[in-house]
Amino acid sequence: MLILNCPYCGRDVDETDLHAGGEAHLKRFGPGSSDDEFEHYLFMRENPKGVHFERWRHVYGCGKWFLAARNTATLQVYGTYSAQTTEPPQHILDAIKEAQA
Amino acid sequence: MDTSAKRSLLKRYSAFAVAREAFRQHTGWTRAWGQAEPKSQYDVIVVGAGGHGLATAYYLGKNFGITNVAVLEKGWLGGGNTGRNTTIIRSNYLQDPSAAIYEKSRSLYETMSQDLNYNVMFSPRGVMMLAQTQHEIRGYQRTAHANSLQGVTTEWISPERVKELCPIMNIDGPRYPVLGALWQARGGTARHDAVAWGYARACADMGMDIIQQCEVTGVQTNGGKVTGVSTTRGDIKCNKLAMVVAGHASVLAQKAGFQLPIESVALQALVSEPIKPCMDVVVMANTVHGYLSQSDKGEMVIGGGTDGYNNYTQRGSFHHIEETVRALVETFPILGRLKMLRQWGGIVDVTGDRSPILSATPVEGVFVNCGWGTGGFKAIPGSGWAMAELVAKGHSPLTEEFTMHRFRHGKFIDESVAAGVAH
Repeated sequence: MLILNCPYCGRDVDETDLHAGGEAHLKRFGPGSSDDEFEHYLFMRENPKGVHFERWRHVYGCGKWFLAARNTATLQVYGTYSAQTTEPPQHILDAIKEAQA
Repeated sequence: MDTSAKRSLLKRYSAFAVAREAFRQHTGWTRAWGQAEPKSQYDVIVVGAGGHGLATAYYLGKNFGITNVAVLEKGWLGGGNTGRNTTIIRSNYLQDPSAAIYEKSRSLYETMSQDLNYNVMFSPRGVMMLAQTQHEIRGYQRTAHANSLQGVTTEWISPERVKELCPIMNIDGPRYPVLGALWQARGGTARHDAVAWGYARACADMGMDIIQQCEVTGVQTNGGKVTGVSTTRGDIKCNKLAMVVAGHASVLAQKAGFQLPIESVALQALVSEPIKPCMDVVVMANTVHGYLSQSDKGEMVIGGGTDGYNNYTQRGSFHHIEETVRALVETFPILGRLKMLRQWGGIVDVTGDRSPILSATPVEGVFVNCGWGTGGFKAIPGSGWAMAELVAKGHSPLTEEFTMHRFRHGKFIDESVAAGVAH
């Protein structure tokens, strides 16, 4: 069972209370953007075998979206953080570095 | 008769060969395929010795006479999703391009044992997809109409007919009553390992090299055109490269310098202890995310749903199994007393429209075959047939609509109803 800490509730939450929302930190493109940008935003995915930054929603709890850093090859979770960020915060990057050292 | 033809005649499996070997303590059997060392150059390199990769190589040789081919495999032959699926074969899809390639595939299964001289145990026992909601009734009736226009033989059957075909089923509910089913009488199952082994043997017979324990670590290009691959067993040159690696498609594509519209997730299956024959059809129940058949050994083979998150670990979340079994027990009360023997997961490559990608790529000479998601086994021969044509000629009527650029143009082949869960 995957367990993530909801940064809003401060609780460890089982994956059955969560909904996965796919890759995080996608840059949005709207009207006026090129086909290439729009295709990448909507469909192309990193899908890495390794560290993955992703969106989750605490659907059977506070209902809020948050982000997580997780390893898709080991299922190790490096940490969770607010969805109101455009890139992974330093303490998450440090945790990844430390885990991989 | 030249020596190679003579050798292959002696190697042919037949009732005569079994009798001949019986008289000499079975000392005359040879290896089905050899352990090949990589050569320095090939016309075509296929990455991935699963069903799709081996079928691609086989039809390159059989249909186009291209036999200077290597099939590279990181692990062992047929060790990925080819050996992890629930072996269901059907072609009752909704969209025309899907019907074309899946029906081609199903029809190739009919004669595969004879074609490969290898018993793949194709069993066209019939596949039914249960409708357990009003929405599903409408969806499957629509599919049945579409199939009759496409020349795919399927029919809408009543709950009474469902019960007649599969007496162990409880069709009365209360929670999931069976309201009818989409029935494909010529669908069924086959022995999944034998499909990979049969293709491998036929490929080796044509002089192709099947190289296991050989991981591709890089793709070499020159001026936007592929020139070869780097592997854990050295560099190998090639004119064309076919990537047929299912769950790891994105990882390999990244090595070639492009992205794919794919996410890899875990899909699980499980089997029960063997019991006496009690069910001679395949039943799929999409509402409850489960599907069921009985193997020749007597095990009940159960497939579940995918996890929602990206995963490369070949193991999934337990609660999906719990959900699958909980729901199936209502429809199949007999399952409630069974012990489960094994459970496993495979990594499936899922696209946005739940249809595969068979396509040329931004790198000249590199072709990709992936995105079969939760339903690749049924497509092995058709996929290989189409992919071989694409690699050999640069285009194929079967793959035209399955280009990786269809997302950009909004030309989806939406099969989320036909393929969202079940396979």
